[in-house]
Amino acid sequence: MPKAHVHPYIPNAIPKTKNEMMKEIGIKNIDELYADVPKEFKLRRKLKLPKPMSEHDVRNHVETLLRKNKSSRDTPSFLGAGCWSHYVPAAVDNIVQRTEFLTSYTPYQPEISQGMLQAMFEYQSLICELTAMDVANSSMYDWASALGEAARMAVRINNRTEVVVPKIIHPDRNATLQTYVEPLKLKIKSVDYNPEIGQLSLENLKHQVSEKTAAVYVENPSYLGFIETQVEEIAEITHDRGALFIVGVDPTSLGVLKLPGEYGADIVVGEGQPLGNHLNYGGPLLGLFVCRGEMELIRQMPGRVIGMTTTLKGGKTGFCMALQTREQHIRRERATSNICTNEALCALASAAYLALLGPQGLRELGEAMMTKTQYAMQQLAKIKGVKAPLFKALHFKEFTVNFDKTGKKVQAMNQTLLKKYGIHGGKNVSKEFPELGQTALYCVTETHSLDDVDKLVRALQSILEKKR
Amino acid sequence: MFRQASWNEPVIFNLGSRGRRGFSLPSPEEVSRRAEEVLDQLPKAIKRTKPPNLPELSEAEVVRHFTRLSQMNYGVDLGFYPLGSCTMKYNPKIDDLLAGGAGITEIHPDQDESTVQGVLEILHTLSLWLAEITGTAEVCLQPSAGAHGELLGALIMRACHKHNGNSEKRTELIVPDSAHGTNPASGTMAGFKIVVVPSNQNGCVDLKALKTAVSERTAGLMLTNPNTLGIFEEEIAEIAETVHEAGGLLYYDGANLNAILGKIRPGDMGFDIVHVNIHKTFGTPHGGGGPGAGPIGVCKELAKFLPVPQIAFDKKRKHYFWDYNKPESIGKIRSFYGNIAVLLRAYGYILSMGGEGLEEAAEISVLNANYLVKKLKEIRGFELPYAERRPRKHECVFSGKPMFKETGVRAADVAKRILDYGMHSPTTYFPLIVEEALMIEPTESVEKEELDRFVEVLKKISSEAYTNPDLLKNAPYNTAVARLDEVKASHPKTMALSWRMHQKRNVIKDAAP
Repeated sequence: MPKAHVHPYIPNAIPKTKNEMMKEIGIKNIDELYADVPKEFKLRRKLKLPKPMSEHDVRNHVETLLRKNKSSRDTPSFLGAGCWSHYVPAAVDNIVQRTEFLTSYTPYQPEISQGMLQAMFEYQSLICELTAMDVANSSMYDWASALGEAARMAVRINNRTEVVVPKIIHPDRNATLQTYVEPLKLKIKSVDYNPEIGQLSLENLKHQVSEKTAAVYVENPSYLGFIETQVEEIAEITHDRGALFIVGVDPTSLGVLKLPGEYGADIVVGEGQPLGNHLNYGGPLLGLFVCRGEMELIRQMPGRVIGMTTTLKGGKTGFCMALQTREQHIRRERATSNICTNEALCALASAAYLALLGPQGLRELGEAMMTKTQYAMQQLAKIKGVKAPLFKALHFKEFTVNFDKTGKKVQAMNQTLLKKYGIHGGKNVSKEFPELGQTALYCVTETHSLDDVDKLVRALQSILEKKR
Repeated sequence: MFRQASWNEPVIFNLGSRGRRGFSLPSPEEVSRRAEEVLDQLPKAIKRTKPPNLPELSEAEVVRHFTRLSQMNYGVDLGFYPLGSCTMKYNPKIDDLLAGGAGITEIHPDQDESTVQGVLEILHTLSLWLAEITGTAEVCLQPSAGAHGELLGALIMRACHKHNGNSEKRTELIVPDSAHGTNPASGTMAGFKIVVVPSNQNGCVDLKALKTAVSERTAGLMLTNPNTLGIFEEEIAEIAETVHEAGGLLYYDGANLNAILGKIRPGDMGFDIVHVNIHKTFGTPHGGGGPGAGPIGVCKELAKFLPVPQIAFDKKRKHYFWDYNKPESIGKIRSFYGNIAVLLRAYGYILSMGGEGLEEAAEISVLNANYLVKKLKEIRGFELPYAERRPRKHECVFSGKPMFKETGVRAADVAKRILDYGMHSPTTYFPLIVEEALMIEPTESVEKEELDRFVEVLKKISSEAYTNPDLLKNAPYNTAVARLDEVKASHPKTMALSWRMHQKRNVIKDAAP
């Protein structure tokens, strides 16, 4: 007789224990516990799933599959566009792997969950410092859903019917925003950009913003990598019409760029993934959500917020969830959002990352990326027919490269770069912005050496020269 | 005796010293030489003038700080975690290990499909498995959490009615009064008016009330089965028929799926849309609040509304790819494709368990819950409301009402006292239809000995309640901190939601850190 399989994760499955417990309950068969399940629906067969595998076999199987992937360690990659390759310090990985954090649930019992609560309070506080805002929540799913929630929050506050966004925006972000506001029947208006310099057209903005506008949203750096310098003017136009100003950020830029809170942002959203989180093929990400400290804003915030408090008898500081009356488990259909599970562990990674870098590290990170990006643009622009960047503007860590005058298509070029030179070129944005022609969005971070850039330039040179 | 670490760990802004750093960036000389020049090009309007107010710590200080904090946090790896509705089962270590390899952590979502065939195959297979487990036609892996899946499901209902020309008419979404808070919240976000149906004396949906509630305005019903009392809705056939006949759709909240794996499938019960909480049913760690993953499965007719892109396989080319060709899709609900690192762990989990292991997990989770029902019923001060004789599924909800009446000790006090014995407490005050509720979900991961210890702890607590109620009202004593003032944290006059706010207002005066 074959030995019964005893599963390592199910201690009470051994016959002795199982029988003892069944006897205690007064049943002879587990099926009796399912007696109230209607017969007509019961699954009369086994699930069509594989047989249980040993840990050794699972590891072999999955690792064999994953070896088919080529990571950015095998293939130098210049992809960014919403998910960026940064170095994750070993200490960060170590901290998020502490299983006291990793295997805990939402801290509903604060006294036994002080570690995660304090860490989340620190995360919120660090993000507030980074943006010059007062209150951050302890995370949203990602930048895109944070933007959707920000637009809905603006509508809750001023009850208006339109949201104004820039034409240059990540298509996923734009589509997610649309999904989130569609049930509110909110109208989304796009603002033109100056084709020479990429900057938002203030004229068009003034034209689009009215007393119907709930919020104006801008991104800095923009999706196509250039830095928007007219932020103060945009804030003024927005506030003049009584709308809320929402700013989207890549937080790695905030060691060198002015902080949204200093130029009038009411709500800040962004992607926290680059702060200590791996690429993970695009998920999990970390939605930043921050606002000014007025009660009318705080009360309308979505998501979990951790606050500082004291023990009931005083004498000791502690941390717990605050303002839960905004949340779904208390307020149900009148909650500010349905979000419950968030990205807490990614927020923990970001807190550890920011603590490790400190003010100087964050500044150096920004400097390094801007400098290398400028170097890359200059080198690429030397290639005949290549325009880099497309817009005459300062760029942070991403930039457009246009190939119109080379007669080559981005897609074909990226294929050759990959197949022949083992390099992942920039993201093809030609379909997203047809008016920009054959254009790719390249990303250079602190992980790229100047040598990596030179290799890319040489590869592109030889591809383009061959053509001629 | 349990004693949690209590480090009096300062808030990180009070640690470190000027000039220290915990990480050095790769900084080639050429870059640092040119940096100043590059930054000088930034116009004043957008240039940062003073450095951010971040703490300055060495690597060792950062690691110690967070390690100390971790010691003041309770997780599944430390012990029993019967938090009802949250399915806090064991998180297998192999799955964390698999998710930590460069073949997953260092791949970019915009990489050429030819360079990510491994992960695409995993996602494709996982979506087929989840369809088989839930009895649905097609699965979308994108939602980041259960509530995100609910929102997507509600939006798909909306899209379906719109497709049929009924979007203006079908404006009401029905939820039972015992539903998770996310259900009505998700429905509202998707633009529906929420209609609440009461539970009957058995704790199940009151069929008569449901029949009155449905109309040509009904968009659908959101239901958890087994419900939040841990009771199987045995009239599910009639419920499904009532909703479908009225032209509504049936949504399955998968929070309690663990109870029925391999026994009965939501799709077979008549549900049109089903979400799965990966971080509950499939053993992935919850990370102190997330990330999770909340894939949804739908029936054939609704597949066309799923968000883009969908994972697909080209049999001829033997090539996995992302299919964006879905003209009737509701669009996007997030960036990229979903919480891949979480989904990969679930793939490993299902492989380890196999179909039979999943079914056994369901059986033993139900056995464990009913064992607790039997044992806890005998304890003074607690009662089992609703259908006392019916078996529970994966969880049971006790009421501490008798204890409250007789001693003034509340469910919250019992919960706090449980912490003192080195266990996490059950969910309290939910579902709303049970007074002084203690919602207990042991899962299949716990051994009988630990269940017996939990029973002993509740017995002790009961006798403490009847002899020394103040002991419970002031609990806990053995955790990192004593009972906290949660009202203070939320009061406009005393709230300190960030270090910046705390410093501006300086209202938490007792601050030891």
